[in-house]
Amino acid sequence: MTVALAFDIGLGILLLAVAGWAVAACSTYAATIAFIVYGLLLAIAWVRLFAVDVALTEAAIGSGVTGMLLLSAAARLRVIEPAAVAAGTPLRIAVGISCALISVALAAAILFPPDVVFTLAPAAMAHLPESGLGNPVAGVLFVYRSLDTLLEKAVLLLALLGVWSLAPDRFWGGIPGLQVYRQRNAILIFFAQILPPLGIMVGIYMTWVGADHPGGAFQGGAVLAVMWILVMIAGLRDVPPIGQRWMRLLVVVGPVVFLAIGLAGFALAGAFLGYPAGYAKPFIIVIEVTLQISIAVTLGLLAAGPPERIQPQ
Amino acid sequence: MNAAMLFGLCGAALVGFGLFGLVTNPQPLRKILAFNLLGSGVFLLFGVIARRGAAAGLGADPVPQAFVITGIVVAFSATALAVALLLRLFEATGQATLSADDAEEDSR
Repeated sequence: MTVALAFDIGLGILLLAVAGWAVAACSTYAATIAFIVYGLLLAIAWVRLFAVDVALTEAAIGSGVTGMLLLSAAARLRVIEPAAVAAGTPLRIAVGISCALISVALAAAILFPPDVVFTLAPAAMAHLPESGLGNPVAGVLFVYRSLDTLLEKAVLLLALLGVWSLAPDRFWGGIPGLQVYRQRNAILIFFAQILPPLGIMVGIYMTWVGADHPGGAFQGGAVLAVMWILVMIAGLRDVPPIGQRWMRLLVVVGPVVFLAIGLAGFALAGAFLGYPAGYAKPFIIVIEVTLQISIAVTLGLLAAGPPERIQPQ
Repeated sequence: MNAAMLFGLCGAALVGFGLFGLVTNPQPLRKILAFNLLGSGVFLLFGVIARRGAAAGLGADPVPQAFVITGIVVAFSATALAVALLLRLFEATGQATLSADDAEEDSR
């Protein structure tokens, strides 16, 4: 057994143990902490699968922003937690057996793979130099399958619209109900002052370097969003009202620029989302930079939730 | 046994864990959490397919990787909307339950 395999086995056992804890823990708070730890461990597993771009996304979104969202919801719902009635033992056993069967079927598919391995890697690499990008994952996201990426941004916008529309009528255009510590927490304020300059630099670097190495607009935007959320939670800056025009402009600028360049593709390259030959890289950089801004603001606002008050506290 | 197969088996087990939590846990927030576990298990299975498609000097097939990145973003969007719905339900009714029996008791 090699050292790498021993590491992988240990990581796998730890992943399953933490995931089991996230399902079985009595308190929702403990389960959410387990989920955050699980997300970070999963990011390491993604690195072991040679998918560093996915690892960065999982650590930033799957573990970080999702975890923060679940934690703040768990804190609000704590008062009604004891009221929940657990499922009966016969039901749990029946469901357990069914789920185990599904897992076994999936495991069988993994253990007995097809003889012919299907891969698009050579096709993805064949035309990558024409796009001016060096990172094949960025190539898939912004060249080969850019329609998926455009639609994904539409999903993000729709989710934000959905969250906002849950606000009671009287609070429309008001301030999101992000929980800010009432008592000023010295450690939190210290971190909220020290981390953002570094975090903003790392976020911009991740987007820039994403063209040739692991990284990209989404991962970079997520880092920026987390820095913004940190500053808001620490109470150093107020959460902005959702009615502000500059903020709404920042939310849509990325998808609008992406769509405009996509439509321009009809005239310049003869296809929707096509780039003119030789100028793909500048167009992709414009898309990535504006998308990063929109993603950062959208993620921050999604985490902040629907508006819950009109006047600043 | 290699890393791809090992994490593939992990992914298969995670799908089972997530589905079990989704069905048996009565609290909606825990269901959302379990749903995310289920999703990450599916993504991991996809990552194993990407790793097996390693070719052309790459460690893994980039196409499934890009799909997983898109998937993580969509899963986050759905989670944010679900959590907002749940908190609104709690705000409006003072409870957060999906059980029809509980809702009936309250209306009596």
